[in-house]
Amino acid sequence: MRYRPPTGRKLVNWVVSGGAAASALVGIVFLVWITWEVLYRGITALNWDFFTHLPTPPGVPGGGMANAIVGTLVLTAAATAASVPLGLLAGIYLAEFAEESRLGDLSRFSANVLMGLPSIIVGVFAYALVVLPLGNFCGYAGVVALAVIMLPVVTRTTEDMLRLVPNTLREAALALGAPRWRVTLAVVFRAAKSGLITGILLAVARVSGETAPLLFTALNSPFWFHSLAEPTPNLTVTIFNYAMSPYHDWQQKAWGASFLITFGVLWITIVTRVMLRERKG
Amino acid sequence: MKQHALLEKAAPEVVLAPAVRPTPALAALGDRAFRWLTALAALLVPAVILAIGLDLFLTSYPALAKFGPGFLLSQEWNPVTQEFGAASSIYGTVMSTLIAMALALPLSLAIALFLVELAPPRVSQVVGTMIELLAAIPSIIYGMWGLFVFAPLMATYVQPFLKKYLGFLPLFSGPPLGIGMLTAGVILAIMILPFMSAVARDVFALVPNVVKESAYGLGATTWEVTYKVTIPYGLVGLLGAMFLGLGRALGETMAVTFVIGNAHRISFSLFAPGNTIASTLANEFSEATEPLYVSSLVALGLVLYLVTFLVQVVSQWLLRRMYRSWSVGL
Repeated sequence: MRYRPPTGRKLVNWVVSGGAAASALVGIVFLVWITWEVLYRGITALNWDFFTHLPTPPGVPGGGMANAIVGTLVLTAAATAASVPLGLLAGIYLAEFAEESRLGDLSRFSANVLMGLPSIIVGVFAYALVVLPLGNFCGYAGVVALAVIMLPVVTRTTEDMLRLVPNTLREAALALGAPRWRVTLAVVFRAAKSGLITGILLAVARVSGETAPLLFTALNSPFWFHSLAEPTPNLTVTIFNYAMSPYHDWQQKAWGASFLITFGVLWITIVTRVMLRERKG
Repeated sequence: MKQHALLEKAAPEVVLAPAVRPTPALAALGDRAFRWLTALAALLVPAVILAIGLDLFLTSYPALAKFGPGFLLSQEWNPVTQEFGAASSIYGTVMSTLIAMALALPLSLAIALFLVELAPPRVSQVVGTMIELLAAIPSIIYGMWGLFVFAPLMATYVQPFLKKYLGFLPLFSGPPLGIGMLTAGVILAIMILPFMSAVARDVFALVPNVVKESAYGLGATTWEVTYKVTIPYGLVGLLGAMFLGLGRALGETMAVTFVIGNAHRISFSLFAPGNTIASTLANEFSEATEPLYVSSLVALGLVLYLVTFLVQVVSQWLLRRMYRSWSVGL
């Protein structure tokens, strides 16, 4: 090999290293910038009324988003209730029964693909599946959309967490004569408990900020939440409608709601990260 | 150590009282039922993907039947005359994604390089977590920030600057509105950055140390090792990371809808407002009442579904190939 003097090469290396550090800084700057703007603009919009009152028309002072807060909680809870049992079961199959099976491979692959499908497509799906046949926008359609988005997340994290449980535990329980289902539910699940909760929380964080799949399923509503059979108020679509409106006080309220959503989601995400780190120990 | 802690936690539950121990036949039956139940749940995941495709196809059929393949090429989008074509939405989707990829690809590689090769472990962990937190911020928040904070900055500083020095290019012509294709592309880039850099970081970290160290031993600098050893070695994985970001950018909805301006026209200037498939759906779906209008919107959705599905399959295939071959090798 031809000898190349180190001066030029060192210079290039120095420039590239600097560029790499600067790139990391760019990412951090955007994170801090965005969270700061949301914090600073959002916190001024929050007051007691925001959490306890119905929205008011533009220009009318007071009013809040109590209905949307309740609606978002109901939608998220219902989607969690629908997707978690299914996701846990699918995860059990992948971790416990399907290390090398065709169905396991297909399911794992599909879960990854489904996680990457745009959430608005899932919204269109829920629209065509629920809203078109029923003839009106309703909370159920929103729940279907959110549950579809959560399903692959719960499935994959369940699989990963169950795989972390050492096989000796399973063998010990089986040797005592416990049937397989009992081993899974009473022993493996217990050992993986915190991991499974982490997976569910991750999925909740993922959907609680979703807007696109709710736009034409749950829609939105300025009234109190009554039933999932009607358009359901929710924070994210309210943010969209208020931000796109020309009224300053509505835009202000949209920042307040953004604050709630952002810090809710970031808080869950950070908690799950801490839990995961403790687990890996 | 970990094993013991786990055992302690789980052990008391293992004790089965003799009285409740099921007969072997019953236990076998229960096990079989349990296995089938879980297999059904696992089957649900691919079934949902198929169902989405089928559902979109059936609902969009009236529009597909009426407009035929011309739907993809027509620029017309007129709910009043019931003429619909996807060209401007497809163009906007491709253009905004291209801008995002052009910015995010080098940035994510550089970030991965920094995290794996340059930063001390503690710094790497903190910085890595912060970059990943970018992925946790909901899309609509990027939209709020983009519309009220970033777009005005683009209009007052960045776009006039580009216009002044690069204005001879048709790409940078037209009034600097702030809202438009360029702003959407930049925000998309920030949004896909964490996904791409996380995978690139894994890829860089998975390249065996022996391979890197032998290059260092020959006197190569960090950059030379990265450029000549790490990147070629992990190329399949890096391609997978790229496709992952691509899929995200193509389907990203709310942030784009806030800042792209939502105009159904093809304009070569990056300053001009445009639209994407996702933003058209977000803006018009809840207001569409005519069956053909709804059907055409769903047809747009079908196009997006097919493209992102393909991109995802390619990315998963690449990533899986990488992890497979690496767990077997070295």
